[in-house]
Amino acid sequence: MKRLLVVDTSVRVVFHSILVLSLYFLFAGHNQPGGGFVGGLTAGAAISFRYVAGGVAEVRRTFWLRPWTIMGGGLLIAVLTAILPILTGNALLEHAAFEVEIAILGTVKATSALPFDIGVYLVVLGLILMMFEAFGDDEALDEVVGFSVRGDALEADSVLGDVFELERINELQLRRRQRDRL
Amino acid sequence: MLLNVLLIHLVIGGVILSTGDLLGRRAFAVAALAPAATVVWAITRASAVIDGEAVNYSWMWVEQLGLQLDLRLDGFGLVMVALVSGIGLMVCIYALGYFSYPKAGTARLAGLMTLFAGAMLGVVLSDHLLALFVFWELTSITSYLLIGNDDRNQRARAAALQAILITGAGGLVMLVGLIMIGQSAGTYLISELLVNPPTGDVIAAGVICVLIGAFTKSAQAPFGSWLPGAMVAPTPISAYLHSATMVKAGVYLVARLAPILATTGQWRLLVMTVGASTMVIGGLRAMRQYDLKLLLAYGTISQLGFLMLMFGTGQYKIAQAGVVLILAHGAFKAALFMVVGIVDHECGTRDIRELHGFGAGWRPTLIVGVLAAASMAGLPPLLGFVGKEKALDTYITYGDFAGSGVVLAVIVLGSMLTFAYSARFVLGLMGRFGLPENPVRSVEAHAPSAMFLAPAAVLTALTVLLGLAPRLVDPLIAAATIALDPVASPSTVKLWAGFNLALLLSAIVIAVGGVLVWFRVPVARTQRRFSDAISWIPSAEQGFLVSLRAVTGGSKRLTSVVQSGSLPIYLAIIITVVAVAPVIPALNAWPTLPALVDVPLHLPLAALVIAASLGASIVKRRISAALMLGAVGYAMAGFFIVQGAPDLALTQLVIETLATVLFVLVLRFLPTRWADASPAVTRPIRLGVSVAAAISVFVMALVAAGSRQSVSEANISEEMIRRSAPEGKGNNVVNVILVDFRGLDTLGEITVLVVAGVGAVALARAGRRRLMLGDDSSVEVADYEWEDHAAVATTSEEANS
Repeated sequence: MKRLLVVDTSVRVVFHSILVLSLYFLFAGHNQPGGGFVGGLTAGAAISFRYVAGGVAEVRRTFWLRPWTIMGGGLLIAVLTAILPILTGNALLEHAAFEVEIAILGTVKATSALPFDIGVYLVVLGLILMMFEAFGDDEALDEVVGFSVRGDALEADSVLGDVFELERINELQLRRRQRDRL
Repeated sequence: MLLNVLLIHLVIGGVILSTGDLLGRRAFAVAALAPAATVVWAITRASAVIDGEAVNYSWMWVEQLGLQLDLRLDGFGLVMVALVSGIGLMVCIYALGYFSYPKAGTARLAGLMTLFAGAMLGVVLSDHLLALFVFWELTSITSYLLIGNDDRNQRARAAALQAILITGAGGLVMLVGLIMIGQSAGTYLISELLVNPPTGDVIAAGVICVLIGAFTKSAQAPFGSWLPGAMVAPTPISAYLHSATMVKAGVYLVARLAPILATTGQWRLLVMTVGASTMVIGGLRAMRQYDLKLLLAYGTISQLGFLMLMFGTGQYKIAQAGVVLILAHGAFKAALFMVVGIVDHECGTRDIRELHGFGAGWRPTLIVGVLAAASMAGLPPLLGFVGKEKALDTYITYGDFAGSGVVLAVIVLGSMLTFAYSARFVLGLMGRFGLPENPVRSVEAHAPSAMFLAPAAVLTALTVLLGLAPRLVDPLIAAATIALDPVASPSTVKLWAGFNLALLLSAIVIAVGGVLVWFRVPVARTQRRFSDAISWIPSAEQGFLVSLRAVTGGSKRLTSVVQSGSLPIYLAIIITVVAVAPVIPALNAWPTLPALVDVPLHLPLAALVIAASLGASIVKRRISAALMLGAVGYAMAGFFIVQGAPDLALTQLVIETLATVLFVLVLRFLPTRWADASPAVTRPIRLGVSVAAAISVFVMALVAAGSRQSVSEANISEEMIRRSAPEGKGNNVVNVILVDFRGLDTLGEITVLVVAGVGAVALARAGRRRLMLGDDSSVEVADYEWEDHAAVATTSEEANS
């Protein structure tokens, strides 16, 4: 895939700003427009920039964790936040609020709705990464069609693991067929 | 304490399973700890239980369902615990010798066996019918895993599957029956049912269901086909599960429920018919086997039928004979299986045509085998004789229900057959069936070590000892009888009951059995001719295969009708249903049309929406259509802003952006333009479907917006706004609703998102894999993508150059 300098550079500038915006949406969401859902979607939009710039390999490089880990982690956080009140004898999803005085920032109010929202954020983010993983994987497709094989994407890649396996099987079948012909 | 007994099995089984193959055959030494502990515990409780003080334990399990774990150790429970844990201990010791060359997976057998023993104890200790059912199913599952433990062996897997399909289906039917009985009686506790036996039509129907479950588990005709197949399991497993314990679960349940339900509905008719035919068919088939283990398996089926006849009457006198028999059968059948396992282990065969007698060191083994077989045949002075004598005597004296005379005749006939196949077992073991053309291996076979034989010897010694002195178990048997039926006044069990009709019948059984053995060649010929003559009657095995094929074939046919595989048809059906189903009821709530334009800004936004929608339906390129749809979405976001819903607008904007990106991602797989290849006939249909969808969306939007006024609590949104800050601690009502007021909905939604994401990736990859393998079903798709990608590749190469 050909990289375009203009796109590359502007994505590098914009990407982190959008991510920060998405985090702002996440944290401000309880009192201002935003929330975990919108925040996650915004982060997803940032990722789509990465995709435009460098394909799925670039997306994978951006996040250290795999999409399913992010998604599962998000669900885990949300579920834990939901059931934690049960353990302390309250109703499911009952939220608590704390107010703390912090220098410079002033009064900071945090509710236990925040971790729940973080869970939502991560699930949405993971879902978008999954979509790129599912439908944006050009290298695996190239592999199928037999065009360019890109070195960086092939290494230690879970998606291509079974592709290799299948290729091996295909080759074996081919050889067997040739042997049969002889 | 009762619970601890079960937990010990769970813990030890879990430990063995988690160590994998590390322990090898020593796993059985570890596994022996669980039954050993249970036996010790049972002995400490025995005197109190025999005196009539049942040990009770109750633990609230699922409070909302009123589901308690009620455990109860009474006299009959003690008998069953003695069988399960006593024989379990012997089998564990035996397995140490049997698995002298452990393979991968041998240790797993020990772990699964311990888990099974725990489940089986749960069955016999549960006082609550539903808890009993849960343990019952656990025994089915562990039995499945044990039969199929050799997972590379296709026969083992098939046999395991057959076993769990039959016992599992029976178990489900039984669950229905148990619920019918429990609900209409108002209690699920066996001890309470015993005090107030329920009656009624529902109970009568439940009885049939419960009996089907018991019959499948105890391999009664016509559900017995799984038990011979289960003999592919290693012999210690067969000895334990498929002769001594698990298959007795059905008998156990019948024994427990007979005093309560024997006079209800068709109970007696069913139990007597099934038990009698099983006893005879099993005996006849056992007489034709060459494989010693299969001979014992069919013998077990026959004996289980016998036990059904004893326990199913609901008369405690006869049930008492059943208790003696169940003990006797456990002891001699486990010993016989162990002897067969020894022969198999040392000679490499258990086919009586390949056995030609044994060398000198084998005498103890043969004595054990012959004594156990003699007990099976009902020869004095062994426990088997005591049991059969008692059975005949009680049937003669107390069998006062309709048809008891026929049942007595069947028992006598079945006992003759039992004598005949027991003799066949002994003669086969002695090498009388050995064919000269088979290599003579058994004579030089290495004799088993003392440790290997010891468990079988102990069991046989018990058979002899208790046969000579039934007094030793008499209190236990009496306590078990009283536990089954509180009004019982059990008589003593004696070896010599004087000259009576039963003794005469026993003599006749032995005499006729002896004749059958003496003329075994003509008898076998007659039997073969008879079975050839009735070969047109489908056997239970064939019945199972036919019904299995009917189920899979039927579901395949149904699937091919329901799932045509055509995306246009699926979409047409889904959209039509979605369009028509809500619209027709919605028309009742047709509102007065709202003002079309509130704010001047609505006009340009509406124009944008209409123009973009028209454009989307006119353009020829897929990507352009996707972009047009995106424009509709952005215009909708504009509407939200104008109406003062920044949150909605924000979400709409981001969603629209991402949706467009996803469209582009997916559209790459399709040709750039729409090529209308569908026949002209379908065009009006497609047009109709899309118009219906459009109308329904329009109607729904109007009705949904209008119905807000007709809600009785008009101010539900104001209520939310009012409570948002003080209770939700947030000023953004939308967010407070999402994470707090309707947080559970959100939790459900993100779970759905996770499932959808995993599904999408799996589908995308599966499609890709089929592409790679060149699966026939995806040839069209493959060609399609190939062309498309070739096109994409050329354009990108052009761009590169």
